[in-house]
Amino acid sequence: MTAISRPRGLPKRALPKGRLSAWLVWACVGFFLINLGALIFSVIVNSFGTKWFSGWLPQGFTSSWYSDAWDEFALGDVLTVTLEITLIVVALALVIGVPAGYALARRDFPGKRIVMFLLLLPVLLPPITYGIPLATVLYKVHLAGTMTGVVAANLVPALPFVVLVMTPFVEQIDANVESAARMCGARTGQVFMRVLVPLLLPGILAAGILVLVRTVAMFELTFLVADADSQTLIVSLYSAAFTPGIRAAQAIDAMAVIYMALSAVLLVIALMFVNPTQIVAQVREAPAE
Amino acid sequence: MAVEAPARPEAPAPRRSGLRHRLAERGVDRVLLLLVPAVLVIGLLFLYPMLYGVGLSLQPKNGGGPFGNYADFFKDSYQRGTVWKTLRLALPAALINVGASVPIAYRLRGRFRGRRVLTALLVLPVTLGTVLVADGLLRYLGPKGWFNRVLLDLHIVDEPVRLIYNYWGVLLSLLITGFPFAFLLVLSYMSGIDPTLERAAATLGAGPWQRMRRVVLPLLAPGLATTFVLAFVLAFSVFPSANLVGEPAGETRVMAIAAYQAAFEKYDYSMASTIAVLMGVFELLVISVTLLLRGRLYTGPASGGKGS
Repeated sequence: MTAISRPRGLPKRALPKGRLSAWLVWACVGFFLINLGALIFSVIVNSFGTKWFSGWLPQGFTSSWYSDAWDEFALGDVLTVTLEITLIVVALALVIGVPAGYALARRDFPGKRIVMFLLLLPVLLPPITYGIPLATVLYKVHLAGTMTGVVAANLVPALPFVVLVMTPFVEQIDANVESAARMCGARTGQVFMRVLVPLLLPGILAAGILVLVRTVAMFELTFLVADADSQTLIVSLYSAAFTPGIRAAQAIDAMAVIYMALSAVLLVIALMFVNPTQIVAQVREAPAE
Repeated sequence: MAVEAPARPEAPAPRRSGLRHRLAERGVDRVLLLLVPAVLVIGLLFLYPMLYGVGLSLQPKNGGGPFGNYADFFKDSYQRGTVWKTLRLALPAALINVGASVPIAYRLRGRFRGRRVLTALLVLPVTLGTVLVADGLLRYLGPKGWFNRVLLDLHIVDEPVRLIYNYWGVLLSLLITGFPFAFLLVLSYMSGIDPTLERAAATLGAGPWQRMRRVVLPLLAPGLATTFVLAFVLAFSVFPSANLVGEPAGETRVMAIAAYQAAFEKYDYSMASTIAVLMGVFELLVISVTLLLRGRLYTGPASGGKGS
């Protein structure tokens, strides 16, 4: 409340203090964050612990689980595969998706709604729904279990995502800029490379980073299509966690911490380039005081 | 020349340039070639497998007519129950995530110190992923985990609360992974509402609750419907958490698990496709109902000011 009715000209203040309802909301947020923090922290502590039967903390601390996990789960290979697959998916999705987003933003043609619907469906359907038929088809053409198959499967949600993010970005750019470039004698390729791409760069970066984060976290499709040599880190983590007892819980947690570190790095990079609240709408910041 | 536009763009034209001209008038020109690779990829990797799956589901392994698999699915109570079990997890999860996001986003939209940090903290679990959250829940909520230890030491409970390997574990994991996503969307819809509208309402004598009820919520409602749809899609495909923190043979045997078991444990791809198709149908049903209701809501500009 205070954020709205406070008189203008006052400096920014700390968290807006309000009545009971405000404190209730902050208490719930605090409860959620404390539990979340404890959840993450218990995984980290366990990954460094020697034995933890009872008590608040493990009996001793060691970092040997990390080297164990690194060797046992072949994490070096898994990380390489994860990076390769993710980067290829991002590159392909951008190369194919950005021009498609441009065409959809600039032209109004018969059948446009059908194309839009076709691009929206993979985003709306749960991955398992199309993942199982897709895996069946990929097994039939002997692509399942290869890197190509995993990249193809991950491209299905990534490509429409790029198109849907890029279309509003292109719509923001005045078409007159392109006409002007043409008047000055630029060819189509030059218009694209020297006018459009520099103007679209923030959108391309945002779309690319979001696809990167999503592909690293995409479990279902990779799980259905990959085999031992083409699985990403998250699938490897699931396989280890789903067969408890065979592997030490601490080694699994060590792998989980490595995954967490990877995601945290990606999140920080993403937040550097993308304002999270601008994903769906152009945000109008509160008017300057 | 092209006063009477032809009914079909491919209609024969007297001259080639005339045809091209008239096509261009309807928006069909070489720019559309840019769309071809994307449509090809989606057609090949999404549409063809989906249609293939539908076709496969109509050719049951055990015979019994084209709809044999569908009949089998609904006759077998173990399979039929998965629909209810999935909805029982996904609907509350999506509703709670959207519902909890509204007051928090409302508090967070002003400018104040620490806003960015708090937003980042609330969004952080997006990167954790279902597998990691499931693993963490097993440690944290287990009988010897910190959560039960605190409750026991404070004498709130006499014996450890059972929150994993059942319905609650899966619901909690869905809340943790789904909330940041719903929150982000609600926050950005909330930021799209011009704050001057609320100030105007306050000037006219509306109290805080009236402003929320009569100004903010109606403007936010379409966005909430969209967020609900996307949160529901996320929650509907619970697979890793239902297996890891749930009871995959009983209480949390969701449709995704049934489909996976049919495909990769029984090698009955026909039945697996049937369940996958049914999953899509049930999910699209909920989405269509939500979008229909959304169509009845106000969807105009959410900005005030001088004739904007």
